[in-house]
Amino acid sequence: MQAKKRYLILLSAGACLVLLFYLGGVQLPAASRSRHDRSRNGYRPDQPWPHFSDPLHLFLPWDQTDTEEYNLHISPRQKRDVNTSVYKGKRCRMDSCFDFSLCQKNGFKVYVYPQQKGEKISESYQNILATIEGSRFYTSDPGQACLFILSLDTLDRDQLSPQYVHNLKTKVQNLPLWNDGRNHLIFNLYSGTWPDYTEDLGFDIGQAMLAKASISTENFRPNFDVSIPLFSKEHPRTGGERGYLKYNSIPPFRKYMLVFKGKRYLTGIGSDTRNALHHVHNAEDVVLLTTCKHGKDWQKHKDARCDKDNAEYDKYDYKEMLHNSTFCLVPRGRRLGSFRFLEALQAACVPVMLSNGWELPFSEIIDWNTAAVIGDERLLLQIPTTVRSIHQDKILSLRQQTQFLWEAYFSSVEKIVLTTLEIIQDRVLEHGSRSSLMWNSHPGGLFALPQYSGYLGDFPFYYATLGIKPYPKFTAVIHAVSPLVSQSQPILKLLVAVAKSQYCAQIIVLWNCDKPLPAKHRWPATSVPVIVIEGENKVMSSRFLPYETIVTDAVLSLDEDTVLSTTEVDFAFTVWQSFPERIVGYPARSHFWDSNKERWGYTSKWTNDYSMVLTGAAIYHRYYHHLYTNYLPTSLKSMVDQLANCEDILMNFLVSAVTKLPPIKVTQKKQYKETMMGQSSRASRWADPDHFAQRQTCMNKFASWFGAMPLVHSQMRLDPVLFKDQVSILRKKYRDIERL
Amino acid sequence: MYASGKYSSRGPALIPRMKTKHRIYYITLFSVVLLGLIATGMFQFWPHSIESAADWTLDKRSVHDAPVVRLPVSSPIPERGDLSCRMHTCFDVYRCGYNPKNRIKVYIYPLQKFVDELGVPISSTGLSREYNDLLSAISDSDFYTDDVTRACLFIPSVDVLNQNSLRIRETAQALAMLPRWDKGMNHLLFNMLPGGPPDYNTALDVPRDRALLAGGGFSTWTYRQGYDVSIPVYSPLSADVELPQRQPGPRRYFILSSQTAIHREYRAELERLKEENGEALLLLDKCSNLSQGAASARKRCYKGQVYDYPQILQESSFCVVLRGARLGQAALSDVLQAGCVPVILADSYILPFSEVLDWKRASVVIPEEKLSEMYTILKSIPHRQVEEMQRQAHWFWEAYFSSMKAIGLTTLQIINDRIYPYAARTYEQWNNPPVVKWSSVNSPLFLPLIPPRAPGFTAVVLTYDRVESLFRVITEISKVPSLAKLLVVWNNQNKSPPEGEKKFKCPECTAIDGLSLDQTHMVERSECINKFASVFGTMPLKVVEHRADPVLYKDDFPEKLKSFPNIGSL
Repeated sequence: MQAKKRYLILLSAGACLVLLFYLGGVQLPAASRSRHDRSRNGYRPDQPWPHFSDPLHLFLPWDQTDTEEYNLHISPRQKRDVNTSVYKGKRCRMDSCFDFSLCQKNGFKVYVYPQQKGEKISESYQNILATIEGSRFYTSDPGQACLFILSLDTLDRDQLSPQYVHNLKTKVQNLPLWNDGRNHLIFNLYSGTWPDYTEDLGFDIGQAMLAKASISTENFRPNFDVSIPLFSKEHPRTGGERGYLKYNSIPPFRKYMLVFKGKRYLTGIGSDTRNALHHVHNAEDVVLLTTCKHGKDWQKHKDARCDKDNAEYDKYDYKEMLHNSTFCLVPRGRRLGSFRFLEALQAACVPVMLSNGWELPFSEIIDWNTAAVIGDERLLLQIPTTVRSIHQDKILSLRQQTQFLWEAYFSSVEKIVLTTLEIIQDRVLEHGSRSSLMWNSHPGGLFALPQYSGYLGDFPFYYATLGIKPYPKFTAVIHAVSPLVSQSQPILKLLVAVAKSQYCAQIIVLWNCDKPLPAKHRWPATSVPVIVIEGENKVMSSRFLPYETIVTDAVLSLDEDTVLSTTEVDFAFTVWQSFPERIVGYPARSHFWDSNKERWGYTSKWTNDYSMVLTGAAIYHRYYHHLYTNYLPTSLKSMVDQLANCEDILMNFLVSAVTKLPPIKVTQKKQYKETMMGQSSRASRWADPDHFAQRQTCMNKFASWFGAMPLVHSQMRLDPVLFKDQVSILRKKYRDIERL
Repeated sequence: MYASGKYSSRGPALIPRMKTKHRIYYITLFSVVLLGLIATGMFQFWPHSIESAADWTLDKRSVHDAPVVRLPVSSPIPERGDLSCRMHTCFDVYRCGYNPKNRIKVYIYPLQKFVDELGVPISSTGLSREYNDLLSAISDSDFYTDDVTRACLFIPSVDVLNQNSLRIRETAQALAMLPRWDKGMNHLLFNMLPGGPPDYNTALDVPRDRALLAGGGFSTWTYRQGYDVSIPVYSPLSADVELPQRQPGPRRYFILSSQTAIHREYRAELERLKEENGEALLLLDKCSNLSQGAASARKRCYKGQVYDYPQILQESSFCVVLRGARLGQAALSDVLQAGCVPVILADSYILPFSEVLDWKRASVVIPEEKLSEMYTILKSIPHRQVEEMQRQAHWFWEAYFSSMKAIGLTTLQIINDRIYPYAARTYEQWNNPPVVKWSSVNSPLFLPLIPPRAPGFTAVVLTYDRVESLFRVITEISKVPSLAKLLVVWNNQNKSPPEGEKKFKCPECTAIDGLSLDQTHMVERSECINKFASVFGTMPLKVVEHRADPVLYKDDFPEKLKSFPNIGSL
C-alpha cells in the first residue's frame, strides 16, 4: 500500500504542475517566441517583416516604363564604340578588345608566328606550339587567322628563372602583326618572383588575352582570359596517362580522410595557411605534413616547429598518401596554383582547395563544385569537419568527376591547349556554343562539337540525362564500289533485305565506283526511299561524310558485299537502341600488343575477345560521321584515302576514344568470313596481301596520333534472349538468326 | 516495492495493477485532471484565436508608422563600391560560421523612414510593393533570423529597386546609418533598374562600400563575378496575368518583337527584316490611341491592329529582347512566361542568375551588330532544340522569375551556395525542369570504367531454410576463380544457420521450382511490381531483347579454345 500512496502523491503533483503551466502561472523562460506574442508587445526592432496593410507603389510605375525613350537619341552604335574605346587593359573584354570580324570569313583559325632563329623555346612551349600546329584550327596564313599565338616563349616570366626570355617587350612590339595585342593569346605558367610573386608578365600585353596559370580573380578578366592549370615539363604532349581510378569502391572511404605533404614557407607570401596546417593534423586519418627543408638558407629562418615537422614529414610517402586518401588538401603555394592540383585530380583524390582568390582552371566552363571541395583559407580549422560532413554518395560522385575532368581536359598538353582554344571558339561562335552540360559530362567538350547541333538530343551522349530516346529508325548507307552488272549481285539482295526491316527509314547508296551511276530502274523497288549519292572524289572517307540526307540518329553502315538478313538487321538495331553511343555490329576484330616488334598488331582470327566491329555491317550514331569528318586530322583521313583501307579501324579508334568502351558484337546467322567474299568483285581489296599489312601500319599510325591505344577489349556478344535455348523455335522472336 | 516487483512480470512496470476501489479513485482523479486540462485548453486557445485574428489586423500595420530618421547633411557617405571585391576579400565569412544545415542566416532591418534635414524623404515612392513582397518572402523563409547577432547576411529595408525614385546621396547616407553597416560588409542590396539619364550606368549609382549587389542589368564591366548576383527585372504583369499552359511546338509567328522602347535604328533594322521575311515576323509597338497606364501596358499594335499583351507572346517561337537604355529588360520575364524563346540582343549584358542557369539551353544570344542576321541564325536552329528551349524558358520563369519571392530566394540560394560550396545545388537541380527530373536517369556510377578482374566479386546468397540447395549453390560458386568472398544471408528467424559441413535433409528442398510456379506467388510479385511502380511514380524497368553471351557462344568452334566453354551446357 506504501507504493500506491507514493504513486498517488506523484500523480497529483504532476497534475498540479501541468495545470499550473496551462493557467499561465509559470512561464517557461524561452517559451513560445511566436510572432503573435511579440507583435502584441508593441513595436520591437527584432521582428520579422510585418504585413503592411496600405496600398504600396509599384517599383516601376506604369507611366514610367517608357521614360527610357528619353535616351533614345543616342545611337546604340555610338554607344558600342564608346565602350570599345574606354574598356582597355585590365578592363578588357571580348566586346572591347577582340576583333570578331577577323573570325567571320574563315571561322576560328589560329596562326602561329614563325619561330625566329636564335630564340630559345622551352620544351613545354614547344609542345603548346606543336599542338596548335597539328590541330584543325591551325592556319599558316595570318590573313585568315582569327587568333594569333606568339612564337616567343612567355611561359616562364620569373626573372630568376633560367627560362626567362629577356627583352620581350621590344621583341613583341616589333612584331609586324602585333597590333597592340589584339586577337593575340599569350600562354603563361609563372609570373613574378620572390618575394611577392606578382602577376605581372614584365612586358606590355596590350589587348592580348592571357591563358595563364595561378591567375587571381582580381586580375582575371572574365570571358576574356583563360585560367589554365600549372603543368610540369614532363607533362606529356599527347595522350597522357589515364586517371588512377580503376574501379569504384563502396563505401568510398580510403585509408586517410585528408592528406597534404609539402613545403612550409617560413617567410613571405603564401606562408600563413601552411604554417597553420599542424593544428588540423591528427596523425591518423588527417595527415598534413610540412617541411622547412627547402631553399639554401632554410636554417636561418627555421622556427620551433621545424625539427618536429621535418621528422614527421619524412615518415610518410607522398605517392602512398595520394593514392590512399579520400581528400587531398591543395593549399596555395607561393603562387595560387600548384602541381598538386593536377596530381590529386589524376589520383582520384578529391582536391580540397585552400587558395583564396584563385580563379580555378577553365573556370569558365568547368563546374568545380562537382569535382572538388572549394574551401576558404580563413576557415582552415573547419576543414576536417566539413569534409567529414560530405555524404558518401557525394564523395563517390566527386571522385568519378575528378577522373572525367582529368581525362577530358588535363591529361596532356594537347588537351589543355585545345580546351583553351575551344573555350575561345565558343565565345566567338556565341549562339552556337556548348552548354554547360556538354562541358561537364562525359565525353566532355572536346568530343562534343557544337557545330554539329545545338540540341543535346542530337548527340548520342545525353539521352539518359534528358530522359529521351533516339529516333526509332535508321538510315542504311551502302558503300558501292563495283558496277551494277547482274541482278543477282549481293548489293541488290542486301538492299532488299535491309529495306524490309521495320526500322529502316531510308537507304543511301554511296556510289564510289568509277563507272557511271546505273539507271534508276536498275535498283529494286522498295517500300523505303533509296537515295543514290555520287561519292565525293570516290575516296574511302566519303562513306563517313555527314550527309544531310541522313535524318535518323542511327546509321547502318554496309559494304556492298555484306550478307545480312532482315532479322539480323532488326535485332542489331534493337540492341543499338540500348547502346546509342557505341558501334553495334557484326564482323569483329581484335588488336594486341606485339612485344617482339614493339608495336600494335591486328588480327582477324576467331578469338575469345574483340575490340573492333567493322563498319561493313554496323550501326552507330550519325554524330560519328560529323566527328570523323571534322575532328580527325587531315593526315589520318588522307592516309585512309590513299590506301583505300583502314577507314573502319579509324572509326573504331574514334568511337572508343570518345566512349572509352568497346564496341558491341551481335550474333549473326552466317559467319562473316573474309574468305566468303572471295567471289565478289571487291576481292582485290581483301585478297591483296598488302591489305593486312596496311591495316597493321594504320593501327600504329592511329595509336600514335591519339597518343595512346583507345581500343578496349570485350568478351561479350549480345544474342537474342532465347538464342539457341531448348525451347520451341516458334517462341523465338529472332528465330531466323538460328536457322542456317 | 514487493508489489511492483511482482506485477512487473505481467505488465509494464510503470502501470501497477490495483484493487477496484483504488482504481475508481484513480479514474476519478484522472477525469478531474483531464477536465481541468480541457477547460484550460479552451480558455487558452479559444479566446486566443479570436485575439490573434484581431492581432492579424494589428500586425498589418501601415508603412506610415515606421519611425522617422532624420539624416544630418554631414552624415557620412559610403565609398563608391570596390570593383575588386570578392567573397574572400570583402565578405566576412566568420559571421556565417560552420552550420550543420549549411544555410546562411539573413537578417532584415526594420522599416524606417529616412528624411533629410528638411524632412524630405530620400525616395519618392518609399517602400514599393515589390520590395515589400521580397522582404516578406525572405522573412517567411528558412533563411530568416530575427537575431541580428547570428546573422550572416543583412538586408536593409531601404528600397533601392528603382534608382529613378532615389536621391542618391541621401540614400547612401541612410545606408551608412544602419547600425550594422560596417562598411557594407555582408549587406545585400536589391536593385532592378540601375543608372539614370543620360548615361544609364549598368550598376546602382548609390555609393555602397562593400555591400553585395543583386542587380538587374549588369554589364560585364560592372558585374563582380562571384560576388554580385545578376537578377531579372521583375515584370509586374506576372502578378496580374495568368497565361494558359502551352506545350512546346511550332507557333503562328516565327519572330515577335513586342518591346515599345526600341531605338529607331534597331526598329528600322527590324522593319527591314520584316520586309524580307514577311508573315514570319510580327513587329508590334505601343498603341498610339491609348493613354499611358496599366491598360496600355497590356496592349500592342501593328498598323492599327490591336493585340493583347502578353498573350500574343505565346503565338511566337522566338521573341526579341533588345536592350533599351538599360541592359536588363522586364520584357525578358514576359517572354519567358509565355514560353517563347528569348532572342537576347544586349551586348555585354550579364544574364539573370547566369552563375547557375544554363542560358544556352533556354535562349539565343546574338550580338547587337548581327541583328540583321537574326532570321538566318534562328532558322538554323533545329526544331527539337527550339522546343527544348521553349520548355526551358518557361521553366526558368516559373522557378526563378515569376514572383519577387522567387527572385529573392534564388538570390539567397546562390549566395548560400558560395558560402557552402560543398553543399551547393547541382547543375541538374538548377536547370532541369520537373519533367526531366522525373524521366532522366543519372547513374551514381557514371564514369565509363571497365573494372579489372583482380578484385573479383562477392557472392551474396539469400537463403531461408532450403539448406541442401544452398550447399549446392555454395559448392558450385566456390569453384569460380574470381570469387573473392561468399556471403550467406540467413533469412530465417526460427532456425539458426547450419554449422560446418553438417548436411541437413529436408523434404521441401526438392520442390525448388514448385515455388515459382505457384500461382499466388506470381500474383504477389505482380502486385509488388505495381506497388513499386506507383511509389517510383513511373516504371523504371526497361525491356530489352538481348542477352550477353561469350563471344564464341555455341559457335561451331573447338570448345577447348573457348574462354567459357561450359555456358549453356546444362
